[in-house]
Amino acid sequence: MSAVVAPTLIFGWGNPSRGDDALGPLFIDHFEALVTKHPEWGEVDFLTDFQLQVEHALDLQGRSRVLFVDASIKTPAPCQLEAIVARKDSSFTTHAMSPQSVMQVYTDIEDHAPPPCWLLSIRGERFELGEALGIAAQANLVAALTLAAGWMDAA
Amino acid sequence: MTYELETAIHPEKLRRVAIDPVSRVEGHGKVTILLDDKNQVHQVRLHIVEFRGFERFIQGRPYWEVPVMVQRLCGICPVSHHLAASKALDVMLGIKHLTPTAEKNRKLMHYGQMLQSHALHFFHLSSPDLLFGFDSEVAKRNIVGVAAAHPDIAKKGVLLRKYGQEVIRHTAGKRIHGTGAIPGGVNKSLSSAERATLLKDAYQMVSWAHDAVQIIKQLYTATPELYDVFGTFRSNYMSIVAPDGGLDFYHGALRARDADGKVIFDQIDYQGYNDLIEEEVRPWSYMKFPFLKQLGRENGWYKVGPLARVQNCDHIPTPLAEAERKEFVAYGKGQPIHATLAYHWARMIEMLFSAEMIKELLHDDDIEGSDLMTTGTRQPGVEAEGVGVIEAPRGTLFHHYRVGEDDLVTMANLIVSTTNNNQAMNTAVREVAKKYLNGKEITEGLLNHIEVAIRAYDPCLSCATHALGQMPLEIAIVDAEGTVIDEATRDHRGLTRPQ
Repeated sequence: MSAVVAPTLIFGWGNPSRGDDALGPLFIDHFEALVTKHPEWGEVDFLTDFQLQVEHALDLQGRSRVLFVDASIKTPAPCQLEAIVARKDSSFTTHAMSPQSVMQVYTDIEDHAPPPCWLLSIRGERFELGEALGIAAQANLVAALTLAAGWMDAA
Repeated sequence: MTYELETAIHPEKLRRVAIDPVSRVEGHGKVTILLDDKNQVHQVRLHIVEFRGFERFIQGRPYWEVPVMVQRLCGICPVSHHLAASKALDVMLGIKHLTPTAEKNRKLMHYGQMLQSHALHFFHLSSPDLLFGFDSEVAKRNIVGVAAAHPDIAKKGVLLRKYGQEVIRHTAGKRIHGTGAIPGGVNKSLSSAERATLLKDAYQMVSWAHDAVQIIKQLYTATPELYDVFGTFRSNYMSIVAPDGGLDFYHGALRARDADGKVIFDQIDYQGYNDLIEEEVRPWSYMKFPFLKQLGRENGWYKVGPLARVQNCDHIPTPLAEAERKEFVAYGKGQPIHATLAYHWARMIEMLFSAEMIKELLHDDDIEGSDLMTTGTRQPGVEAEGVGVIEAPRGTLFHHYRVGEDDLVTMANLIVSTTNNNQAMNTAVREVAKKYLNGKEITEGLLNHIEVAIRAYDPCLSCATHALGQMPLEIAIVDAEGTVIDEATRDHRGLTRPQ
């Protein structure tokens, strides 16, 4: 189940039909288009899913760096970028995992540290089924794209 | 209608403990327990505190969009909704039989979903409790704890889950939001390269799934004084079965058995599910309580899911899983097994069946065929109608639609698996509360016993409530005047209280 992978992985998650929870997948759509205009950024793989789960630890294999992107109701607007490390957390009663916990699974099953990872959290407000992306979230998405472009330039 | 410990006689005199999973973004389920001064349990309820509203999301949409959009109802079981909707719309379009290629590709997708879902539940959500104990250190009780102590088990769990996802990706066309099934068939079949890729690992998956059955069987039979009695209660069972009575997750007719294993009804076409099942509304929960009409509210509730399916069927049509089913049934010594923790054993037998079915389907040349679609004659009249039912990982899933002449959906009704288990889950937590909480100080370990009972059913809170994401537990003890007298949060550090 292994394949040749790009050194950079950008992984945005969320449900496109739940209001601002669409920020992760929408970020992927927009940034994928942006990457085609920047060959200097090198090869990039894009992934999206409804939520993070244990098998996503395998998507970290062979990467030089990983950017996780998610909507967050706790993040100050417009967005926040931070380096993250593997961590045991409290997601043991849930069907979804944090990126830090996915990194920890990678560490345990691969027996070495995961690649460097960052988390880009984009402020979201409303997450109801059937809602469209909010106006504030649209502005936050634009800011997040700019911030991520800077992250790519700096690498 | 009320049940033991559902409603206290004088709730105003009791203190309240709430196990409240706080979801990342929206509604959630919680358990409330009312205790008296001596910590005697008087009331236990598993609440669903947010309205679902799935039906409104679907009504007014063109019918051909439905199989894709219903995947967004739930990030946990999108394939189940995708296939149930497709089956319902097949009926609406008057299609009685799919082409062999279409049906086998849909089945392959579904068995991939069953494999990955059951692997996640056992290895990630439940094995920490089962391997370390319900009272064990909280930091151990997660997949990370399993990985540290049992790296081989954890890795197999991850790879089984990944393989199931790969089956879905190849049959649905995409990792998520796939469009593999469409009303009347599928829009792609497996390519030779995809088939070869999946076949390469299929035998390994069967072997690992077989290992998983041995793990849970050993855990279960080594401690019967716990596994046989924890949250055990008698109930009816319901599922679909194949025409020959065999286990089939994709298609069949409804069968129900009573608590003694006697058949209540059999081979009932699910197009008439409304004649069999009624949903009761209770004022304290948004999740309805389904029951079999012929037995009434008090006696008609039932269990669905692995424990129901493995005992409801007459046989499993794959050799390794059938051998395990026989051993499981023999453990009951002629009586149905009603133990809540037996769900885990039955679930692993189902995971083995799924792995074997995937292997068999991959060896069938129809899986690469090019005859993908069937047409039918749409039902005459102003509205056309169809019901689709599958056995989803958590149990029987009903999708029912009516479509107008303008092709827009005018009515949608869904009974999700977790709703079918609503009364059973409530009864399970009451049984556990009576046995383990009565007269004792409330600790995190004791409260985890309640969660272990709920978790055995693998409830999909995303389906039942929209909840996704992190669920640290917040626990508040409130006196009769509503004053918080104690509060705590449970996370990786264990049970902590505010400074």
